[in-house]
Amino acid sequence: MERNITHIALFAALIAVLGLVPKIDLISGVPITAQSLGIMLCGTVLGARRGALAVLLFLGLVAAGLPLLSGGRGGLGVFAGPSVGYLVGFPIAAFVAGLVVERWKVSIGIASFAGAVLGGIVVMHIFGIIGMSIMLGKSLTEAAMLAVPFIAGDLLKSGLAAGITRGLARARPASVLSRN
Amino acid sequence: MLTLTSPVETPLHHWPAGAKLLLVAAGTMVIFALPDWRWGLGALALIAAGYLALGQDFARTGLRLLRPLWPFLLVLAVWHLWLQEPGRGVLLASRMFAAVALANLVTMTTRLDAMMAVIQRLLTPLARFGLRPEVVALSIALVIRFVPVLLDKATQLRQSWRARSPKTPAASIILPLAVLALDDADHVAEALRARGGL
Repeated sequence: MERNITHIALFAALIAVLGLVPKIDLISGVPITAQSLGIMLCGTVLGARRGALAVLLFLGLVAAGLPLLSGGRGGLGVFAGPSVGYLVGFPIAAFVAGLVVERWKVSIGIASFAGAVLGGIVVMHIFGIIGMSIMLGKSLTEAAMLAVPFIAGDLLKSGLAAGITRGLARARPASVLSRN
Repeated sequence: MLTLTSPVETPLHHWPAGAKLLLVAAGTMVIFALPDWRWGLGALALIAAGYLALGQDFARTGLRLLRPLWPFLLVLAVWHLWLQEPGRGVLLASRMFAAVALANLVTMTTRLDAMMAVIQRLLTPLARFGLRPEVVALSIALVIRFVPVLLDKATQLRQSWRARSPKTPAASIILPLAVLALDDADHVAEALRARGGL
């Protein structure tokens, strides 16, 4: 119980820190925020339920007024803005990523990559695109065009999430709760 | 850690948080129901006047919080000028700015603890499903403490990377960061259990 709580809180903080740490340049020159990497890791490391709870905890703090989203954004305004769909998708993305790792009994690296892609890219962008389409008054196809430039970086982040999860499974096997 | 609450005290700071949230929810629904661009600009002007009435510094901070919206404004501008329907573009843009500015108004005039109290109150019905309020409160406190701790560790890792490599720190510091952090989380869990647990 205590361990679940501290791990959930820790990963909520990790999402924030990955958004705040200045430019971890994934591709040189293109400053990609690592925040969605944090979402993926919540799922792949903590598992579906705990991962989603960690993300919800993070979002609760953002809504309460802490500037924890990448670029120092926060407060209620971000939930009224065009990218609200992504925020709604965050916990579901973590849940799906976690579910894949929990259920698909292949090596942790492969399962994490699949989970990160399915949750952190597919699910996340579905919600994000629906959100932008509603908030910006565009059709789904038009809104999807706004999301396309981010897919390459997201694939890279999925690879990172898989590598980090596999590394954690080696270094601290007891802490990878999605496989315990 | 800094919050987004404005340090400039305004009359709005003294309104109860719950009431402000309800008003903003209603206001947002109105904003999204506005029929055309004249109404959109009107709503935006009204909110801008509200910000200015609360002080110039306050309004300037409020404007800064809208910065993430500019790329979307650019998209809307290009799109609707190309389609030659500027009216619709102005409505969509003013709607977007008005809704976000209105929501930010609550964040800027409500202290973190007041907002937390509202969230806690909203969560009380969930106690029936095993989500105990005191556990939520503890988790929130833990996150607020963990963020600066993790930032510290990240800075240390980046510095030790710099000391050893001419390249800039890359994503490979995330794994050691996570390992360090997980150990910390385990220690905190042990400490909690040693003090009687949850």
